[in-house]
Amino acid sequence: MKQVHIKVALVGNPNAGKSTLFNALTGLRQKTGNFPGVTVEKKSGTFRLSGLEGQPDTAVTVVDLPGTYSIYPKSKDETVVMDILANPKHPDYPDVVIIVADASNLQRNLLLFTEVSDLGVPSILALNMLDVASSMNLTVNAVQLAMQLNVPVIRINARTGEGIGNLKEAVKQIVEKSEKPALQYFYEPKGKEVEMIEEVRELYQLDNDYVALQYVCQHDNFSFLEQPVRAKLDTLIEKYGFDENHFLASETVARYEKIKPIVSKAVKSQGITEQPYWTRKLDSILLHSVWGYVTFAFVLLVVFQAIFAWASYPMDMLDAATAQTIEWTKEVLPKGVLNDLITDGILAGIGGIIIFIPQIAILFALVSVLEESGYMARVMVIMDKLMRRFGLNGRSVVPLISGVACAVPAIMTTRSISSRYERLLTILVTPLMSCSARLPIYTILIALVVPTTKVFGFFNMQGLVLFGLYVLGLVGALGSAWLLSLFIPRKEPGYFMLEMPTYKWPRWGHVGFSMYESVKSFVLEAGKVIMAISIILWVLASYGPGDSMRNAENRVIAEMGTKPQEEINVAVASAKLENSYAGQFGHFIEPVIRPLGYDWKIGIALLASFAAREVFVGTMATIYSIGGDSEDVLTVKEKLLNEKNPYTGAAMFTPAVCYSLLMFYVFAMMCMSTIAVVYRETHGWKWPLIQLVYLMALAYVSAFATFQLLS
Amino acid sequence: MSARTVCSLRKGEKGVIKSFTNREMSLKLLEMGCLPGSEVRLDAIAPFGDPICINVGGCYSLSLRLNEAAVIELE
Repeated sequence: MKQVHIKVALVGNPNAGKSTLFNALTGLRQKTGNFPGVTVEKKSGTFRLSGLEGQPDTAVTVVDLPGTYSIYPKSKDETVVMDILANPKHPDYPDVVIIVADASNLQRNLLLFTEVSDLGVPSILALNMLDVASSMNLTVNAVQLAMQLNVPVIRINARTGEGIGNLKEAVKQIVEKSEKPALQYFYEPKGKEVEMIEEVRELYQLDNDYVALQYVCQHDNFSFLEQPVRAKLDTLIEKYGFDENHFLASETVARYEKIKPIVSKAVKSQGITEQPYWTRKLDSILLHSVWGYVTFAFVLLVVFQAIFAWASYPMDMLDAATAQTIEWTKEVLPKGVLNDLITDGILAGIGGIIIFIPQIAILFALVSVLEESGYMARVMVIMDKLMRRFGLNGRSVVPLISGVACAVPAIMTTRSISSRYERLLTILVTPLMSCSARLPIYTILIALVVPTTKVFGFFNMQGLVLFGLYVLGLVGALGSAWLLSLFIPRKEPGYFMLEMPTYKWPRWGHVGFSMYESVKSFVLEAGKVIMAISIILWVLASYGPGDSMRNAENRVIAEMGTKPQEEINVAVASAKLENSYAGQFGHFIEPVIRPLGYDWKIGIALLASFAAREVFVGTMATIYSIGGDSEDVLTVKEKLLNEKNPYTGAAMFTPAVCYSLLMFYVFAMMCMSTIAVVYRETHGWKWPLIQLVYLMALAYVSAFATFQLLS
Repeated sequence: MSARTVCSLRKGEKGVIKSFTNREMSLKLLEMGCLPGSEVRLDAIAPFGDPICINVGGCYSLSLRLNEAAVIELE
């Protein structure tokens, strides 16, 4: 028998070191994508085996399945594990499963092992964290374990790479064995279960008892079963009077009964079993009712400092580089429509995306360090009670913090929240956290109206207002969560139950990789939309219906006659814009936004930034017809200061208008990418639409109130 | 008098799991390694008294909300 393509799947408890092993096996030969048919992130990679069946070199694909405590899923991610392992036709169905077990907590880790083994996929047990086990005075006899479990047991250290060679060798040996050894089930069905399994096996031509049993228990989670099959299985449940809840508990207990004697033979304890000293010591500080919060506040401070102060250097460099590229391209390419489209449309759009890369990279590197080290789990514990008051979960802290960089990856991190209700609320309020795309808007509007005076001698007034806007976003998020929780009925009690991993040094390679992944997903997800909008906006602002633009141009030239050429050019550009499609639309929506203090020009910017807020500043720059470097804040600022209100003749950007705009952008859901990701994560249009309407209403009302109070 | 649960432990105090009072929760707890007969110790109480962290069988630390901990009856 010759197999060309070999697939290996990794399964294991969370914190057992599965991802570390995945990295050790595949190195950088890995990619992330989605599992077919479900929106769960899939990490896959390859390693090479030499000498397999006489072949010099064979590629082995490794798929990292989501961490889980059992094959019965508790969160959305975990359903993937059984969707693959119960379906031999699945493209990712493995030839070999490697079950990664934390040797310091073997009994619990073996529960998942026995379940997976019973499904009939050839299995290998990889014993990881033996160093932690030995620091807890535990020694594990792998040979003894292998004999009792009847599978290869390999001692590994995923962090140092020890034993990885042996593990690959074990994969090779299993693949080379032409026939599967007879399966010894760890769980033996009792009573009526036996008959029911027999019937399911016959109905669906299954060769494994436990897979048949899972058809009964989990068919609603199996994407590969059609509706009639599910209905048929439901009738079988009735026919045999199968009580699922009762069965699950008794199965788990029965498995532990089998596991206990195995563990007591293989694991020997010398002295008292206790978690590592440092973990206990650090927990006493980081979970402390005072020091816990002090530390968390300090960590947040560092995070903010990093993404606002440190990130500004690379951001300025990228900004300058983009401006230079645009200028250079403008000169090199022949003048004309194509030149304008490439420079003012496409390149300006790309510049608007890459400017945020430093902030996103730094934020996700820091979040990944906090997660890797085990600290994030402690933050979730100290924040759970507070978050629960607002209908959220301690686990909501991660998406809310990540939301400060970008809501798109932040919403994807909500998948770890197992309570569907708490996850939904978190998704609905995460866009209220002021993301980095709002920062340029905040910066320019604050620069317009807030003086640089010092408060109490050292706080810069502008900095305080900026900080206030972020606080307002957080208050908005928590307040909305609380309000929404009054209206959305809760169907199931939320639950927390979180394993506290031991503290570890983060692995920098892993941190770097997760940083790279988040930047990539941002550039691809948000980038597409921003690019498209920049181009559309450029077209709308450059063309108008019929001859309206040419007429306007001729009229202005006739009116201004002898004025200097420079002044005429500016007047022509502004008249052309007013008569373009974009300008006409701005006039069309002006009645709606007048109460907020905005005119048609701001209307165009609002409309354009509906797709992505970061477009606002660039659009303002285009609209106020500034030639050259459209990202230059100083010039934009001067132009805005000089702008006159067409109705009163006084300055357009009064404090009332600026604060009104600030309020609008704090709350408004102005981001297509977020809407798209919410649609994907909630499987429908209902929630993204509700979210859009309530955030827009909130933005409109607060901007209205602000303008009316201040003017 | 109601049965003693994990909630009634004081910080540092130990107990042995007897049974669970909620079936759905019990499955989750079993899968997380809380077995009848295991020794648990209350290690930490989060600020505001909830959630709590318990050590299970000396092996690992598990954080639970009070309503989840109340399901675990002690001997």
